[in-house]
Amino acid sequence: MRTADLLPLAVAVPLLGAVALVIGGRWLPRVATDALATVWAAMDVADLAWLWAGTGDGHSVSWLGGWYPRRGESVGIVLAGDRIGIGLALLTATLVLAVIVYSWRYFEEPPAQHAGTFPALILLFEAGMCGFALTGDLFDAFVFFELMGAVAYALTGYRIEDPRPVQGALIFGIVNSIGAYCSLLGIGLLYARTGELGLAQIGSALQTHRADALEVVAFVFVMTGLLVKAAVVPFHFWLPDAHSVAPTPVCMLLSGVMVELGVYGAARVYWTVFSGPHGIPHPHLRTAFVAAGVLTALVGAVMCWQQRHLKRMLAFSTVGHVGLFLAGMALLTPAGTAGVALYVAAHAGVKAALFGTTGVLLDRHGSVDEHGLHGRGRDLPLAGAMFTLGGLALAGLPPFGTALGKAVTEHAAEGRFPWLSAVFVVVSAATGGAVLRAAARIFGGAGPRPQEHYAGPETTGSGEEPEIRDPQRRIPAPMLAVPAILLCTSLAVGVLPALAGSLARAARQFTDRTAYAAAVQGHAIAPAAAVPDVGWSTEGVALALASTVLAALLAAAAIWGPALAWRGMGTARAALRAAGRSVVLPLRRLHSGHLGDYVSWLVVGVALLLLVMAA
Amino acid sequence: MTILPFLAAGWIFLAGVHGMVTSRNAIHAVGCLAVAQSSTYVLLLAVGFRRGGTAPYFSDTSLRTRVVDPVVQALALTDVVVGATVTALLLGLAMQVRKRHGTVDPDALTGLKG
Amino acid sequence: MSRTARIRLFWAAAVVFAVAYAAACTGLPRFGTLAHPYATRAVAAALHQRTANVVSSVNFDQRAFDTLGEESILFAAVLGTIVLLRHARDERTGRPRPGRVLPSTRLLGMVLLPVTLLTGVYIVAHGQLSPGGGFQGGVILATGLHLAYVAADYRVLKRIRPLAFLDAADAAGAGAFAALGLAGLVAGGAYLQNVLPLGTFGQLSSGGLVPVVNAAVGVEVGAGVIVLLAFFLDQAVEVRSPEEHGTGGGG
Repeated sequence: MRTADLLPLAVAVPLLGAVALVIGGRWLPRVATDALATVWAAMDVADLAWLWAGTGDGHSVSWLGGWYPRRGESVGIVLAGDRIGIGLALLTATLVLAVIVYSWRYFEEPPAQHAGTFPALILLFEAGMCGFALTGDLFDAFVFFELMGAVAYALTGYRIEDPRPVQGALIFGIVNSIGAYCSLLGIGLLYARTGELGLAQIGSALQTHRADALEVVAFVFVMTGLLVKAAVVPFHFWLPDAHSVAPTPVCMLLSGVMVELGVYGAARVYWTVFSGPHGIPHPHLRTAFVAAGVLTALVGAVMCWQQRHLKRMLAFSTVGHVGLFLAGMALLTPAGTAGVALYVAAHAGVKAALFGTTGVLLDRHGSVDEHGLHGRGRDLPLAGAMFTLGGLALAGLPPFGTALGKAVTEHAAEGRFPWLSAVFVVVSAATGGAVLRAAARIFGGAGPRPQEHYAGPETTGSGEEPEIRDPQRRIPAPMLAVPAILLCTSLAVGVLPALAGSLARAARQFTDRTAYAAAVQGHAIAPAAAVPDVGWSTEGVALALASTVLAALLAAAAIWGPALAWRGMGTARAALRAAGRSVVLPLRRLHSGHLGDYVSWLVVGVALLLLVMAA
Repeated sequence: MTILPFLAAGWIFLAGVHGMVTSRNAIHAVGCLAVAQSSTYVLLLAVGFRRGGTAPYFSDTSLRTRVVDPVVQALALTDVVVGATVTALLLGLAMQVRKRHGTVDPDALTGLKG
Repeated sequence: MSRTARIRLFWAAAVVFAVAYAAACTGLPRFGTLAHPYATRAVAAALHQRTANVVSSVNFDQRAFDTLGEESILFAAVLGTIVLLRHARDERTGRPRPGRVLPSTRLLGMVLLPVTLLTGVYIVAHGQLSPGGGFQGGVILATGLHLAYVAADYRVLKRIRPLAFLDAADAAGAGAFAALGLAGLVAGGAYLQNVLPLGTFGQLSSGGLVPVVNAAVGVEVGAGVIVLLAFFLDQAVEVRSPEEHGTGGGG
């Protein structure tokens, strides 16, 4: 068997698994269904791990249907993976395995006669995400993008007894679909100009034209769908609404990999299609997308800090981190790409672990409200420890992979955007600090119980429908073991130099459009750029420690600050309140939960992108 | 005006989006989404048109007949199925919204904010 | 945001969108242009594979992986509908009432039902030759069955609609497509590569794997659409809404 044959299998295996679960779920007992799902998820992990090993530092390329290019032209679809794409698919598969194990005993009752439906949908989700990560064809990417979308809408609305999930899922579905159709319009324009659908083929055909309005508009349209999925401001409004209401295991996947796939897709499409000599110039793209990333990161951080609904807090923290990922990718250097790849891998473990631990709270206490749960988590020491550790890792505590990824990206930004380090520190400190604040209050009972006062429109998170209803039983072991293992993998990303090294070499491939195009045509060439340095540096460790300490200070200030009676505290509090009224409150009002508002913002985002890219 | 068919696609897209912005009913909004999506069919098929071309089937015509672009037709077919299935899912969700909230008016759905 | 503010915001953005899109359209090749490089190659490839319907050749052979993804979306949508429209704990179900049908409607339905089903099978089977194929035929099969609902009533439809079997058939159709692709790998080629003899151009058995995949898709679409509609009809006919609505949550 050739290594490249593993590419289509990464999609076919979970598809066949879903079929087996649907058919088998009718008569197999629950235990057997769960075991079947686990085996199938493990098979896909094995397939992708093998592919990762076999691909090495080059590309694996598979022309489906045997439609190999003749004289450089083909009618078929190509799957092409380097270690960035394959790594992301492997991350997806690993997280899917974790989620399936986590939800062994999670749901009270699957739909009657359809016991295998939930794991089957998870496997279909996996097929969609793997297909999207591995494809080398623009329209094929749209199809798999829609597959992961459709499954995600259904999974988000899974808890139909609760009014909020169905609403969040509907908004999620409509906003993401508009983005996808916008992308398809862009694909249509590109096809009209070039008569091609493969990424590399469109890229080389575009070079025969000068850059004009058509190319810019097609670029913006194609990007729109991807940026909606990546929840970049102002396309991000759907994300908190969906992630705060989806079942916890689904949140682990949505926040852990699906949103990041949007950033990956945007970067892949830019590099392979638009980065050529007559494409969208690098400086232009760099300015626009770094700005968008910074804006997203800051909005995510501010909103995350404001939340008391734990899942919503974690959702906004994802918005914040995705902003950082986008800014790092938009540096358009191998070093920035390698840093983001590390950051994404480590962030997935941390974020999934945090959601998993929140699921334990929801299981025990039927609430995800930071205020209402004050001190009630004291009986869950293990969950408390993991939640705290997750908060610290989110803030960038070395030697977690999040700290390494952050440090490498910051270092990559030093030349052009020296101030970007400050943004990275502030955003990771604010998101990590919010988690630490919640951890101290819930699991330690720290500080006074927060006073209830009107702080603007908010979603509290009390009175959630518990996802499991049997308070007498013990917490299922997988619900604690899986977050622990996920935190360990995040740690491993930081301490295994081999992984960082291979991602650095992969980043060099990823940012070289000539190497990609040559690999698709079947003759590998070595990329021109040097391999970026991705080790720990003193400066990186210092910045990581700074953001961790800042996070702890922020959390402490939020918990004990109001009770302090020093001189000058009154003035400080008044200043904070004024800032809240002028900046935070309007920002919170924008997150109105109104479908029409979100659609308007989407069009505004497209218009802004058009204006910026045409300028 | 040879660009009219292309412009029509943009018009349909904006009309659908306008419907979603002003919608007072989630079911209506899902319908508007389908309108917005149909712009992609129009664009794809307009792009694939060949002057004097006939349907891309060679069952009863000469193999040298000029045909319109079959690729965009295949893409549009895929697109239709994707659109129909996503619409079905969204309508299912809208039905549950009606049951759980007692309304499908976006102005009255205020459970998620801040 | 107030309604007026929202609509103004939209219009401001829509104007930018419209101007940019119009500018882009002026850069497109002329409407009806003869230059379609991919199309020319696709037609040649379809003729080489002896598939008279070029669209089917693109869908089920040249770009079969797209179709596999799209079939998975349909499969996922059916599963999603099963999940979303399941009976909630607080819902009661009622017995469907027998409907009254005009004799002429009943007669028309009885005549049309077999004709429609036959047409559906024909469209699926001739997908490689003439306009049609797995999706189109599958949808005709599914809707044809629902003539029973129009011409008789819901109880008759339920009797002629083995939902458990159709549910499995939907999954099996999707699985068959993915599994057929493996044949190419087993034979030493690529995934989804044709392994069957190509047959004679214009014959029912031409096109290699195309008619087989077409049949799998036909089964999946037919069964899937029936299951999908079954869950919607079930909500409309059988489920009584919960006695009290949720409060809508929020702070």
